[in-house]
Amino acid sequence: MPDFIPADDWRSGGFGLYLHWPFCKAKCPYCDFNSHVVANIDEARWEAAYLSEIKRLAAQTEGRVLQSVFFGGGTPSMMSPDLVDSILRQIRASWPAANDIEITLEANPTSVEAGRFAGYRDAGVNRVSLGVQALNDGDLRRLGRMHSAQEAYTAFDIARSVFDRVSFDLIYARQDQSLADWKSELSQALSMAVDHLSLYQLTIEDGTVFGARAAAGHLSGLPSDDLGADLYLMTQDMCGAAGFDGYEVSNHARPGASSIHNRIYWQSGDYVGIGPGAQGRLTLDDTRWSTSTPLAPTTWLSQVERTGMGEDPRDIVSAGDHRTELLLMGLRLREGLDKARLAANGIDTDAKRIRDLIHLGFVADDAERLRVTDAGRPVLNGVLREILAD
Amino acid sequence: MTDLSHIRNFSIVAHIDHGKSTLADRLIQSTGTVADRDMKAQMLDSMDIERERGITIKAQTVRIDYKADNGEMYVLNLIDTPGHVDFAYEVSRSMRAVEGSLLVVDSTQGVEAQTLANVYHALDADHEIVPVLNKIDLPASECDRVAAQIEDVIGIDASQAIRVSAKTGVGIKETLEAVVHRLPAPKGDRDAPLKAMLVDSWYDSYLGVVVLVRIIDGVLKLKDRVRFMSNDTVHLIDRLGVFKPGMLPMDQLGPGEIGFFTAQIKEVRDTRVGDTITSERKGATQALPGFKPAQPVVFCGLFPVDSSEFEDLRNAIDKLALNDASFSFEMETSAALGFGFRCGFLGLLHLEVIRDRIEREYNIDLITTAPSVVYHIFMKDGTQQDLHNPADMPDLTFVDHIEEPRIKATILVPDEYLGDVLKLCQDRRGVQLDLTYAGSRAMVVYDLPLNEVVFDFYDRLKSVTKGYASFDYNLTGYQEDNLVKMSLLVNDEPVDALSMMVHRDRAEMRGRAMVEKLKELIPRHMFKIPIQAAIGGKVIARETLSALRKDVTAKCYGGDATRKRKLLDKQKAGKKKMRQFGSVNIPQEAFISALKMDS
Ligand SMILES: C[S@@+](CC[C@H](N)C(=O)[O-])C[C@H]1O[C@@H](n2cnc3c(N)ncnc32)[C@H](O)[C@@H]1O
Ligand code: SF4
Repeated sequence: MPDFIPADDWRSGGFGLYLHWPFCKAKCPYCDFNSHVVANIDEARWEAAYLSEIKRLAAQTEGRVLQSVFFGGGTPSMMSPDLVDSILRQIRASWPAANDIEITLEANPTSVEAGRFAGYRDAGVNRVSLGVQALNDGDLRRLGRMHSAQEAYTAFDIARSVFDRVSFDLIYARQDQSLADWKSELSQALSMAVDHLSLYQLTIEDGTVFGARAAAGHLSGLPSDDLGADLYLMTQDMCGAAGFDGYEVSNHARPGASSIHNRIYWQSGDYVGIGPGAQGRLTLDDTRWSTSTPLAPTTWLSQVERTGMGEDPRDIVSAGDHRTELLLMGLRLREGLDKARLAANGIDTDAKRIRDLIHLGFVADDAERLRVTDAGRPVLNGVLREILAD
Repeated sequence: MTDLSHIRNFSIVAHIDHGKSTLADRLIQSTGTVADRDMKAQMLDSMDIERERGITIKAQTVRIDYKADNGEMYVLNLIDTPGHVDFAYEVSRSMRAVEGSLLVVDSTQGVEAQTLANVYHALDADHEIVPVLNKIDLPASECDRVAAQIEDVIGIDASQAIRVSAKTGVGIKETLEAVVHRLPAPKGDRDAPLKAMLVDSWYDSYLGVVVLVRIIDGVLKLKDRVRFMSNDTVHLIDRLGVFKPGMLPMDQLGPGEIGFFTAQIKEVRDTRVGDTITSERKGATQALPGFKPAQPVVFCGLFPVDSSEFEDLRNAIDKLALNDASFSFEMETSAALGFGFRCGFLGLLHLEVIRDRIEREYNIDLITTAPSVVYHIFMKDGTQQDLHNPADMPDLTFVDHIEEPRIKATILVPDEYLGDVLKLCQDRRGVQLDLTYAGSRAMVVYDLPLNEVVFDFYDRLKSVTKGYASFDYNLTGYQEDNLVKMSLLVNDEPVDALSMMVHRDRAEMRGRAMVEKLKELIPRHMFKIPIQAAIGGKVIARETLSALRKDVTAKCYGGDATRKRKLLDKQKAGKKKMRQFGSVNIPQEAFISALKMDS
């Protein structure tokens, strides 16, 4: 393996912008995203900070063609359409946009937020991702959600009438959820899906209410490994049969409708990260940088206001770290990664470990691409540990 | 030098929690030997691990100057002995160095097996024994019952037992008076050639080896040249003194006195407990009786979890061995575990203490393999070999028969648990030798194979008796039995570190228990893994660990890349901890946990 490997060309993965809105109406018990509940938000201050950060980062990446913008959270659908409009204006003024630029906003499916959808569209948002999470009220309550199933349906209908591209998220492998329960819920979801679906198995994260309850042994009815595996396989089958191929571990889309933005992550492209806790990857002068920002909303905000820079000191992503990230992110995609690109980054795709995995049926025997098979994807972490073992 | 008639040498015999150290502290403190402000709890126990476990490994002494009620000054030498059975020989030597014992019994608990074993050492050494009933301040104290029990079980007169609360100080004065008036003065001839018994020794990084001695006859002086009779080495005494309990220099020590010297000795190995020390010239010709070199009885492999720490482990073991002549070691290689050491110990506690010290003081994570006893293998060609490691078992076709060490175990247990204890002993191939009662407690004596005891017998005993049983043992000898080597195969590969010697009749049961345990302990892999127990080529138990079916992170976005990468790096490091075997990772704790039996 050569000692020096020139930084990967960011073009192989694309270029996008992530903007983090750190507030929610309430904190969901399973959620470990950087989201906070506050009484008052001074939108004007936030607007100024976002705009200033956009300008600062644009100056470092001048001329790059922007393929995607993603408003994530938190609950970005709490932002006023005016704020979104102002941000998108600044973005358009700062980078040339691709013809098919994808501009996604994460929205919670309540009536209040649905009322803003048209405004977001007018500001330039062309895709929404709705956090539906469940299609029955009992489970929505257990997940601590603020909306009913009916409210979600209504919000979804409004979204569909306003946007061409609508995705929604469901969390499954919930407490006491049987295969049959999920089968009927997923059929219902597939019957209403537009072009994209994110289906996540419930993950118990440290530092959340669920995490604490699980640690204390008070979170009952979580699926066994085997039921989890069966739920996952059934999900892949049902989505595939309905024309929503699983193009990533938890993401399904009709042909051509996968999310451009998330692909940039999974293909280890470059992305600007703006807002509290937002992370980025930037290849500048043949060095790949990892960017991060202060997590606490007020810290970030006042730092931007005081210093004109809402970022922590940057870290270099070493060639070794980049190799890990390439595989960690890229093998989540069904299409996997281009072997030539991996080779250029110093990854031997013909190593014995990989041949063993091919032999076990977890990695595909493909001349062009390193990709994990349908059998390997449910145990992707194990596959990665094998591939990355020293 | 103090006149013999004004010296009293004694030890304290007690079970672990019965308050030996607190009583010793009280004696030291009440005589002003240590100023109150310098007093720390349990003055005599100095090593951390020992203090935590309430056990003393090295003998320690303190010289107490006591003005008795008759107005005369006495020198009282207290030797605190290791209380544990692993150190039985050391205890017996310490006992020989004194003339009497205080038998301390917790008046809320009564006599325990460990007390008994040590009382027997004291009786063997012809001690005068003064019973002391401790903890009389506690409401649960039952002095009369416990006194009666002492008479029943031990057969000594307890009517004059002193009632003490080491905690509050009640009875301390009476105890000191009893030491003066009820214990005999030592005997000895100051004009005879020097004869001193080596009671213990330890390594001090400033002073080198410090030797604790009891002068039997003659006088030991600073600058004397002395001979160690067991190995015929000669040393020049360059420092001489007594412990109060700090070191106090003296010019000479006479008969009956207990003190220390240093003589530029580099290794504890050269100073053997029980050895006789005499003058280089015109010395004694006859050594003191009873000397025997230390013999390890339990062996196990110690391997660094991180193979790059092998040199650190070697260094740690070398250092510990400096201070512990009874601990033996040699390099060992294992297919599963790489480089490590096969170490010999006096017993299980000794093993645990050494292992804990390596992990704690030297910060090395260890994998400890199954403890094994020493088997005598008799070959068909008439030769005999000692087997310390089941992995080295010779080909059976050349073996005539195998002998294993046996012990005499004494267990004291409340009536209601007797049935469980008998069953446990029976299950462990025990032969009952005796069963008697002392009040509501039964005393059972069993002949047991040491092999069945070294691993988890004590844990099992504690659990079936809810901690109410006490246990002690001594080695009795070797006996032939139908023993075989059982191998464990994981994914069709034998794991040498898990092989063990078992009795043929118990092999299926142990094999089944082991494969079931391993099935729980080894995490699922991406392929199914057969786990088998076999004798020779014959599989006697088998389980299959099914393949892992789901291990994937549901959600992973740009904001997670760093975190997920670090997690993966950490798992990679964790994977190092799991020994790579074939392609199966066996977690380090499996090497010990797999051996624990539930019955
Ligand atoms: C940034 S979050 C939330 C977006 C939006 N605030 C909402 O809650 O609808 C994006 C998605 O991650 C998923 N998610 C969050 N925490 C999760 C967990 N612990 N396990 C599985 N999925 C989770 C949910 O489906 C959620 O919609
Ligand atoms: S799941 Fe969504 S709404 Fe709930 S706390 Fe997390 S970010 Fe906020």
